[in-house]
Amino acid sequence: MTTTLESKVPSGPLADKWENHKFSVRLVNPNNKRKFKIIIVGSGLAGASAAATLGELGYNVEVFTFHDTPRRAHSIAAQGGINAAKNYHNDGDSVYRLFYDTIKGGDYRSREANVHRLAEVSLNIIDQATAQGVPFAREYGGLLDNRSFGGAQVSRTFYARGATGQQLLLGAYSALMRQVETGKVKLHTRIEMLDVVKKDGRAVGIVTRDLVTGEVKSHSAHAVVLATGGYSNAYFLSTNAMACNVSAIWRAHRQGAAFANPCYTQIHPTCIPASDEFQSKLTLMSESLRNDGRIWVPKSADDKRGPNEIPPEDRDYYLERMYPAFGNLVPRDVASRASKRMVDSGKGVGPLENGVYLDFQSAIEREGKDVIEDRYSNLFEMYNRITDENPYKVPMRIYPAPHYTMGGLWVDYNLMTTVPGLYAIGEANFSDHGANRLGASALMQGLADGYFVLPYTIGDYLADYLGDSVVPTDDPVFNEVEDAVSGRVDGYLSANGTRSVDWFHKELGKIMLDQCGMSRSESGLQKALSDIPALYEEFQSDMRVLGTNESMNQSLEKAGRVDDFFELAQAMCVDALARDESCGGHFREEFQTDEGEALRDDENFAHVASWFWTGDAGNPELVKEELEFENVALTTRSYK
Amino acid sequence: MNIVLQVWRQDSPESRGGFKTYQVKDISEEMSFLEMLDILNERLINQGEEPIAFDHDCREGICGTCGVMINGQAHGPQQGTATCQLHMRKFQDGETVVVEPWRATGFPLIRDLVVDRSAFDRIVEGGGYISVDTGSAPDANLIPIPKLVADTAFDAAACIGCGACVAACPNGAANLFTAAKISHLNLLPQGQSERWSRTENMVEIMEEFFGSCTNHGECEKACPKQISIDFIALMNADYVKAKFKNRRLVSQNG
Amino acid sequence: MAVTQTVEKKKRAPFPVEFYRSAVGKKWVMAITGLGIIGFAIAHMIGNLKIFLPDVDGIPDIDLYGEALRELFVPIFPEYAVLWILRTGLILMFVLHVHAAYSLTIMNRRARTTDYEGPRSYIAANYASRTMRWSGTIFLFYLLFHLADFTLGIQPAAPETWEYGEVFANFQATFDRWPVTVLYVTAAILLGIHLYHGVWSMFQSLGINNPRFNTWRRYLAGGLSVILTLGFIAPPLAVAFGVIT
Repeated sequence: MTTTLESKVPSGPLADKWENHKFSVRLVNPNNKRKFKIIIVGSGLAGASAAATLGELGYNVEVFTFHDTPRRAHSIAAQGGINAAKNYHNDGDSVYRLFYDTIKGGDYRSREANVHRLAEVSLNIIDQATAQGVPFAREYGGLLDNRSFGGAQVSRTFYARGATGQQLLLGAYSALMRQVETGKVKLHTRIEMLDVVKKDGRAVGIVTRDLVTGEVKSHSAHAVVLATGGYSNAYFLSTNAMACNVSAIWRAHRQGAAFANPCYTQIHPTCIPASDEFQSKLTLMSESLRNDGRIWVPKSADDKRGPNEIPPEDRDYYLERMYPAFGNLVPRDVASRASKRMVDSGKGVGPLENGVYLDFQSAIEREGKDVIEDRYSNLFEMYNRITDENPYKVPMRIYPAPHYTMGGLWVDYNLMTTVPGLYAIGEANFSDHGANRLGASALMQGLADGYFVLPYTIGDYLADYLGDSVVPTDDPVFNEVEDAVSGRVDGYLSANGTRSVDWFHKELGKIMLDQCGMSRSESGLQKALSDIPALYEEFQSDMRVLGTNESMNQSLEKAGRVDDFFELAQAMCVDALARDESCGGHFREEFQTDEGEALRDDENFAHVASWFWTGDAGNPELVKEELEFENVALTTRSYK
Repeated sequence: MNIVLQVWRQDSPESRGGFKTYQVKDISEEMSFLEMLDILNERLINQGEEPIAFDHDCREGICGTCGVMINGQAHGPQQGTATCQLHMRKFQDGETVVVEPWRATGFPLIRDLVVDRSAFDRIVEGGGYISVDTGSAPDANLIPIPKLVADTAFDAAACIGCGACVAACPNGAANLFTAAKISHLNLLPQGQSERWSRTENMVEIMEEFFGSCTNHGECEKACPKQISIDFIALMNADYVKAKFKNRRLVSQNG
Repeated sequence: MAVTQTVEKKKRAPFPVEFYRSAVGKKWVMAITGLGIIGFAIAHMIGNLKIFLPDVDGIPDIDLYGEALRELFVPIFPEYAVLWILRTGLILMFVLHVHAAYSLTIMNRRARTTDYEGPRSYIAANYASRTMRWSGTIFLFYLLFHLADFTLGIQPAAPETWEYGEVFANFQATFDRWPVTVLYVTAAILLGIHLYHGVWSMFQSLGINNPRFNTWRRYLAGGLSVILTLGFIAPPLAVAFGVIT
């Protein structure tokens, strides 16, 4: 087992690290690239862009997705935009400023070199996407438009109405499909990866299950790339798509890949509050709404008047009041916690008193309804469809919801996990966002990893294996994992208990939301760590999965995913408990200022907490990667 | 509220399917249609009956995974709305609701309400891209694109690939999907180099799987993104041009 | 799951063949031929309306019109020549129009071999658009009757008194039989219904799209349908009700 983590961050000045690294990594000759096979699991922004680019370079790529087509990946639901330090608007943006904002927004818990690289390649992403035909918003002169986003004082967010993720994913998907057509990329749809296979300590392939026929099958390759997204669905109610899960990276973790910072989760401030107990998921309303919307609650908790009947003097625009410099555009974690405080103090609005108002009245008066319609019409329509309320007339009701997970598989500067030959890109890794992700940075990171980072760095690993053929899939290492996977599947089918998998998922979600959500406490986390294993045991003995393995069986798929969530949830709580500080999305009630702001402990916790699987989900082994800050001074984040 | 649900159940592509009636009692008007199906499935599991298989994922109307025929309409009675965004308040208490999968030869049924829409991927493979290798792109602001053009391209690009157009079309045609894909790229300056070959290939692949457009306009009404059939006219014009246009420039060589 | 949907590479053919092989091409051909047939129908209707004009030197105006058609471009062309060129073109257009419609119908049947079992509820598709193949087919059979009746004089389609070139007399004789009048009126209405969708559809198939004029396409389709229907109905009814004798 690895006990030290080598980040492989290149030496030299910050701004030159990536350039130097690109020169120093080994390359694979164009004629030799076709001799290598690379498996990519996941077809979202990171997976599709990596697959397309590696295919263009000449590698043999196989892409696996459990969706019916690569274009369904949840990247598609990102609404707001993508950051890039283009400084097209001459408002003082630069690569360094984007780097700085991201480090600061992440509450100084990310690697400087990674973040700087991200800021550098952000420029190329916009160029690449535009060339692919992504219809970014434009000004009347025909040039690209930008909007501002939380946590930044410049306008650097490129967007395509409220569907930037969709358009970027369709761009990456189209590039991927071009490679599928040429035969460089082979596409496997409705196939779910259920385990990683290792030989001599290296990743040599994966084992999958066909979601239509139930066939369990091995696939071998020279390298395996996981681009399988985040694990917010550990909370059951989140803004993630229903199928989003942790299984791929969790199985990799169990095979020896360190899991970094599992407790860093982001609770997005602007989601539509739940309307009843049967809610299956929460819907996010783009953060860009905070550009023009003003957030408020009634000053008095007893004020039961309708929003339009409450006069301005009885409204508390609490973000503007508490953070005058950034106002409604404070970072997500800050905005979310403020909303939670308001609702907890009884000022929540709506039928269940579980939201705060996001009001567009002054923006409509200032800019005119047409302008607001142009910017947000699709979001307003979506809100109207879900709530049956008209946001042009009545303020929206919003409340925070789990949305993104900064934690993920630990990767070095080359995006390789602690298992040689196994890579993690996009939300699946932990790399660039520290303890809190800024808005419009997820798309940037996914595409940076896929288009511009992994294609360079993967060659450095492959160069060693030139001439080696892939491990045949009838090798005992594959058989062993196949058997284990089939055993798990059979186990779910034969449990024959009394409760559905969904029921357990919901119960797990409640524990996680209460104890490991927007705010955490030692006692709460300890309670969770005793409740979760108990529920897990019940899950294993009392779950009820009907049907067979041999035909499409959605509850069976779900059983495996929830199984892994149970183990992950324990790791999240263990990590949250070990991190005796508040930073970014991780807020420990014991560590706060008198005003209720997060209190960081840079002396003891300026590190990446990487956990290794020990066989006991509640008791992983911690290895720390100390974070070194050579360029930015660690200050208390202030958005006042 | 209570509703009576008639759902198409079919175990496999080969087996015979049929409607099965379920009484769905005590559901909330605030629920989405899919949440109602969740509840029904939960109850079915408790009764020992296999739950209804249906495709769904983001539940925000953007991934395009969900989609069923509800009372004879693709995605149900609310226009401009995917099944996941349809709410029970759009139905009457006590109403009988018929739920059927998309029916088209190009969309073979997998199970219950789930169909295989990979033919759409084949269409995109045929040319639904701009050939630009990673790293070879010029600066994004090099080519100004009139706002109206960019906006119209977006209108076409908004397609979520759900297949409602095919499901709703009396002919089982996929012209709206294909036209949206083609128009998005053909309208933009970046898409001009491959404009004619793209149109030709994509249309011809589409026709291997799907029916032909006879301009009913039913697809436009079913489309959750309300994509205009004007894009079909654009595609038709481009296809005709692609066929007649002199693209080789010289024909004689020595 | 395994890839079930694959595409086979087709052999390239000369471009008009390849063009017509595609459904979009067939629709384009249907639109062009439809346009030609509409042109003929308008001319035909105008010709029919001559029944209302007074005699010229004791000869019905419409008989003179028939004569003029036979003698088009005489003496540059021999008698009948231009008429037959026009007729050949017209027949060709009908053949293409019908063939394209037939093969597209086959294609559309194949595109949905298992139909919906529940009732469909259409929003945009109207009666006209959904009955194109029926209105078209019935009209085609009517046309055969019509040719037998007026052009070829085959009984029992034609009246017993039918005589070549005596357009006015034949006209009166045929519409003195009320079932024939009903048939012609029905056919004219069918034509109107067919054109109500066809004319609009033509613009889409040809790819003529201009947001400024797009709403006019419906008005044009409606207007043309009404005018043609009324224009074709008027002469038979006038005879049947004894307005002209």
